Amino acid sequence: MTVDKNLLLQFLLRQGDNTLILGHRVSEWCGHSPVLEEDIALANTALDLIGQTQMWLGYAAEVQGEGKTADDLAFLRDAWDFRNVLLTELPNGDFGQTLMRQFLFDAFQSVLMGRLMGSTDETVAAIAAKASKEVAYHVERSADTVVGLGDGTEESHNRMQAALEYLWPYVGEMFESDETDAAMAAAGIAPDPSTLRAEYDALVTRVLAEATLTLPESRYAHKGGRTGRMHTEHLGHLLATMQWLQRAYPGCEW
Amino acid sequence: MYAQMIKTAHKGVHKREDMSPEERAFQDKIDADIKIEPRDWMPDDYRATLIRQIGQHAHSEVVGQLPEGNWITRAPTLERKAILLAKVQDEAGHGLYLYSAAETLGETRDELVRLLHEGRMKYSSIFNYPTLNWADIGAVGWLVDGAAIVNQVALQRTSYGPYSRAMIRICKEESFHARQGYHAIMKMAFGTPEQKKQAQDAVNRLWFPAIMMFGPSDADSTHSEQSMAWKIKVKSNDELRQQFVDQTVPQIEYLGLDLPDPGIKWNEERGHYDFSDPDWSEFFDVIKGNGPCNVDRLQNRVAAWEDGAWVRDGLLAHAEKKAARKVAAE
Amino acid sequence: MKNEWPLWEVFIRGQHGMSHRHVGSLHAPDADMAIKNARDVYTRRNEGVSIWVVEARHIAATAPGDKGPLFEPSESKVYRHPTFFDIPDEVGHM
Repeated sequence: MTVDKNLLLQFLLRQGDNTLILGHRVSEWCGHSPVLEEDIALANTALDLIGQTQMWLGYAAEVQGEGKTADDLAFLRDAWDFRNVLLTELPNGDFGQTLMRQFLFDAFQSVLMGRLMGSTDETVAAIAAKASKEVAYHVERSADTVVGLGDGTEESHNRMQAALEYLWPYVGEMFESDETDAAMAAAGIAPDPSTLRAEYDALVTRVLAEATLTLPESRYAHKGGRTGRMHTEHLGHLLATMQWLQRAYPGCEW
Repeated sequence: MYAQMIKTAHKGVHKREDMSPEERAFQDKIDADIKIEPRDWMPDDYRATLIRQIGQHAHSEVVGQLPEGNWITRAPTLERKAILLAKVQDEAGHGLYLYSAAETLGETRDELVRLLHEGRMKYSSIFNYPTLNWADIGAVGWLVDGAAIVNQVALQRTSYGPYSRAMIRICKEESFHARQGYHAIMKMAFGTPEQKKQAQDAVNRLWFPAIMMFGPSDADSTHSEQSMAWKIKVKSNDELRQQFVDQTVPQIEYLGLDLPDPGIKWNEERGHYDFSDPDWSEFFDVIKGNGPCNVDRLQNRVAAWEDGAWVRDGLLAHAEKKAARKVAAE
Repeated sequence: MKNEWPLWEVFIRGQHGMSHRHVGSLHAPDADMAIKNARDVYTRRNEGVSIWVVEARHIAATAPGDKGPLFEPSESKVYRHPTFFDIPDEVGHM
C-alpha cells in the first residue's frame, strides 16, 4: 500500500524531532550532574538520542527528496516546522524533573518502538530495531531513578512529585492522533498512538506506585508540538542556541 | 600538566643513608620498576604527594569538561555534537578513574571534591581559559589533549600501580581526542575565510596556555626531584614541553596557519624547535585564581555538587530502605 | 558529609574473554545501580558482555607482606608446567 509522501515525512519528522530536541536537552547536563556516574549515564542517553535523530531525520530527508540532509533538517528549520511533542522541549529544571521527563518519554518510546519494529516500511522497522535496544535500557534506568528518588528522602520525594505534576499535562499529547497517524496506521507503517495508551498507563502506573508518587487526576493535555500548531516559548531559545553556527555562517563545512 | 606544581612535603631527595630499612626496600622496588600497590608499605610523603597529584589530575578532568561543554549545545552538526559529547563524557570517565586511583590511597572522592570546592586543591591552569569560538573546540582537543597525552603517555610508567593502570586506560581512550580536535580545526582552517579566521584566533589564544600546561621551567621547579626519584613524575617539564612543541609545529604549518609565536624556529644544532618562553607571571596569576574563568569554573562545579546533594541523598536513602525491606522479608 | 555512595569494584568479561577481569571502581547507592553505572562507565567502547560488581569492603585480599610464603613455594614446582617434560619429536604433538 502506498502512502502519501508528505504524510510519511510528517511522521518521520515527529520521530526525529522528538529525539533531536530531547537529546539536546539531555546534553545540556554534561559536566553539571549530581555525580560523575550520572553525568556519564546521561551523556550516553543523549548520544543514543542523537544517533536516533540521525537515522530518523536522515530518512525524512530522503523521503522529502529535495537533496537535504539530516543536518539541514535539524539546523535550518524554524520553530513552526518542528514536530516534536512539547514534553521534549520543556526545560531541564532540576535533575528530578529531567529524569521524570525522561521516564515519561522513555516509557512511550519503549511501547512505540516495539510496535514499529513490525512496520511495513523496512527502514522504519530497521531504525526501530536499533533504537528499541537503546530505549529498553533508557526506560529501565530512568524508571529506577524515578523510583529511587520518589522513595528516597522527604525532599527527593517532594521534588519528584512536583516534577510529575508539572510534566503530567504534557503526557497526553503523545497519544494524539490525526490524519497523519490514520494514514500510517492504515499503511501498517506505525500504530495509531491512541492505541498505545493502555500499555503506557500500565507501565507508568506501576513505576510511579513503586516510587510512592501520586498520579495527578487531571487528564488535561497541552498540545500543538507534534502538529506544529503551537510550541512553547522554550523551543525558540533552544533553536537559537543549537542552530546559531549554521545560521551565522551558512553553507560552511564543519 | 594536568597536575602542576605538586609540592612534596620536603625539599630535595631523601638520601639513602637517611632511609629506614622499609624505605630503602621501597626505593629499591621503584628503582627496579616494580609497581607499588595500595597495601604495600610506602612513605607518608609518597602517599600524600600522590594524593595531591592524582587528585589534581582528577579535578582537571572534571573541571576540564566545562570549557568544551560550553559548546555542546552549539555544535554545528549532529555528528560534531555526538563526537564532542562523547569526548567530554570521556573526561568525566577519566576523572572517575583517577578519583578511584586516589581512593586506593585512603582518600575518598567526596573529600577530594570538598578540598577542590574549598579552593584547597587545584586543577590545571589551562581550564581557566575560555572557549570563544567553534575552532576553540578543535584547538582544545588538538593542543590541550595533545599536550596532556604527551605527559600521560610518560605517566603510564609511573610507580604507583593504580595510577599507572588508570593512565593506560586513559591513554587508550584519549587517542581519539586529539585526532577529533585536529580534524575539526582542519575543517575550519581549510574552510571559508571566516572559518580560517576563527582557527587562527583559536591557535593564537591557546598556544601559550597550552605550553604552560607543562609547568614552570625545570630551573624554577623546586618540587620535581623527589617526584622523579619516586617515579611519580617521569619526565621533566622542559623535556615534555619540547616534545610537544616539536610534534605540534609541523601540524600548525600543515593547517596553513601563522605560527602563534614569532620565536618558533627550527634549530638545526639542537634538532628541536626553539620557541619563546610564555609569560610566566600570567601562569602564576592563573594558578592563584586570577585567570579569566577561575571563578566561574569553580562556581559551576560547586553548584553542580550542591544542587545534586538531594539526588545523591535520595538515591542512597532508597537503597537503604530497600535493603532493610529485604532483610525484614527474609 | 558521611553519606558518600559505597565504592564498588567492577569486573567485566569481554566478547572473547574467558573470565571476568577487574576494570576499575565506581560509586553507587546499591548493587542494581552499580551494575547500571558499570555499564555506562566501563562498557562505552563495546568492552563487555557480562558485568560483575562487588562492594569493595567485601573483598578479602592477600597482604603484600605475605607474597613470599603464599606465592614463592609454587615457583619451585616446575614439574607442574608442560615444558618441564622433554618429549621426543617422534612422539608427535602432546
